[in-house]
Amino acid sequence: MNTDPMSTDQTTTSRPAPAPLGEVRNDLTHHARATWVVTRRELLRFRQDRARMLSMLLQPLLFIFVMGTGLGSIVDTGGDVSFSTFLFPGVLATSVLFTAGFAGISLVWDREFGFLREMMVAPISRASIIWGKCLGGAIVATGQSLVLLALVGTVGIPYDPLLLAQLVGCLFLGSLFLTALGVLLSTRIRSIQGAMPMLQLLITPMMFLSGSLFPLGGLPGWLSVVTRLNPLTYVVQPMRSLVLGHLDLTAAEQQRLLPAITWGGWQVPVGVQLLTVAVITVGLVGLAARMFRTTE
Amino acid sequence: MSNTVREPAIEVVGLTKSYPSGDTVVEAVRGIDLRVEAGQTYGFLGPNGAGKSTTIEMLCTIRNPTSGSARVAGFDVVRERTEVRRRIGLVFQQQTLDQQLTARQNLRFHADLYGLSRADADRRIDEVLEMVALTDRRDDPVLRFSGGMKRRLEIARGLVHAPQVLFLDEPTIGLDPQTRAAIWDYLRDLRQRTEITVFVTTHYMDEAEHCDRIAIMDHGQVVVEDTPEALKSSVGTDRIALRTDDDELAIARIQERLGLAAGVHEGQVTLAVPEGAHVVPRLFTSLDLHIRSVTVTRPSLDDVFLTYTGRTIRDSEGPRAAAGKAPTR
Repeated sequence: MNTDPMSTDQTTTSRPAPAPLGEVRNDLTHHARATWVVTRRELLRFRQDRARMLSMLLQPLLFIFVMGTGLGSIVDTGGDVSFSTFLFPGVLATSVLFTAGFAGISLVWDREFGFLREMMVAPISRASIIWGKCLGGAIVATGQSLVLLALVGTVGIPYDPLLLAQLVGCLFLGSLFLTALGVLLSTRIRSIQGAMPMLQLLITPMMFLSGSLFPLGGLPGWLSVVTRLNPLTYVVQPMRSLVLGHLDLTAAEQQRLLPAITWGGWQVPVGVQLLTVAVITVGLVGLAARMFRTTE
Repeated sequence: MSNTVREPAIEVVGLTKSYPSGDTVVEAVRGIDLRVEAGQTYGFLGPNGAGKSTTIEMLCTIRNPTSGSARVAGFDVVRERTEVRRRIGLVFQQQTLDQQLTARQNLRFHADLYGLSRADADRRIDEVLEMVALTDRRDDPVLRFSGGMKRRLEIARGLVHAPQVLFLDEPTIGLDPQTRAAIWDYLRDLRQRTEITVFVTTHYMDEAEHCDRIAIMDHGQVVVEDTPEALKSSVGTDRIALRTDDDELAIARIQERLGLAAGVHEGQVTLAVPEGAHVVPRLFTSLDLHIRSVTVTRPSLDDVFLTYTGRTIRDSEGPRAAAGKAPTR
């Protein structure tokens, strides 16, 4: 017997199919919207997670006061500028490193806890997911550094709105770079146990060799090459020059604390440094989106 | 697009999927044809490793087929992926909720991903929460939900964008019997209220009874496809058991007037017939004696499954843990 009880219904219910709710187009507005949806989730998650918020707000304070005071007692900056002042831009940059990197590898968690699937089957592009993760992570990391930024006065840096805005811009770029790096890692590494140490292995040398904690002048030749290959150098250097630019430094101090970065003898302007980071970041996000398309 | 004549909700022709595994090529799906009419609840059964998940993933545009074609809600799953995605809702075997967010935030995120307007989203979110009875828990983080509540929320989420086809991959796995029953109640309710097509895989044979049609898949192929009733009839006969005032006479009259052989088993007059339901009325009219009770036992879907796959569904459930880790991504 092969009679289908539904077939009789079928003729009576052949109404037109209802149009699906929602609008999905294939243009930039839609991609931007989808990206923002994913970004907003990152922000929501951060807001929801009190413990994470607290630890991330306290950690940079630790950096500036412990390291600034501790190291400051043995380091002589050779002038009026205190070591804390010198250190501050570096600590600012350092403070976003791990937050941003971890935000990036949270993609591994999303995969492990299944939520990634929810995004993967939605009518949005994979690039939107990647961009959303990166922007969300970068915004969270930058937001966290604002607490530290509020304390510039304590290390003798003036509360100049323009300066602060410029610093926030640099921090956002640096955060975006690191989140992208984390996201890129997560497209290949599928376990959090694998992703964490890998991220630390990448971030730690970047942190030390970016000039965040000591001036880059006077390093042995090979190390100086490494610092110039380190994208973070081009985040820390502009921030430091912004800060020191607001203080009256002698040429000697300037030379000591902020030795110019050169590429084959050419003194790299701050704008070009930031542009370099921007280009690398866009490249990383693009690469991550590409890997993501082929591996998921 | 919205005023075309209703096409089948799912139409699959010669679909295959193979992927390399070490030196060999695994043929997970070996050419299947399916046709699911709009508005049906369609059960997709099979032992683990039969290729069910791979098939569902191809229908949901998560994987591309190696060959063959599939249309879902009238669109091609490869060439018109986005159009398919807008029209389907998915509930996976694994949890896919963001545990840190509240029920409503999860639904809101979904509505946003699918491009719903603010007003549509608000209305739909309220509706689906109501439907799965989670309205009063909407602002709790999902982390605090029980397994059954999470499942209900996932079903609700799959419905937020008013899909034409809802795919459910093992929606009741790991849930207690009450919750399983409740989930099927929601699904039945859903079908009565909307014209949604439901495509469901399950390991529970009793649940397959809720389906309008069933396909059983084994070794990458559909081995049989029909209504649950027809499938059960195809594998065996019904057993009718009677309690009468005079068993001897009953047996004689069944023999004489209906031409059927009957005997006494466990104190009841018992006979085996292909379509029990058709014979019962004739028993009443032709036996001419007092019948105290009648039971008709139909072959179960477990019998069907066993017949077509050579295994019971319990046997096939054995390597579940291992199968869960198989490359399903």
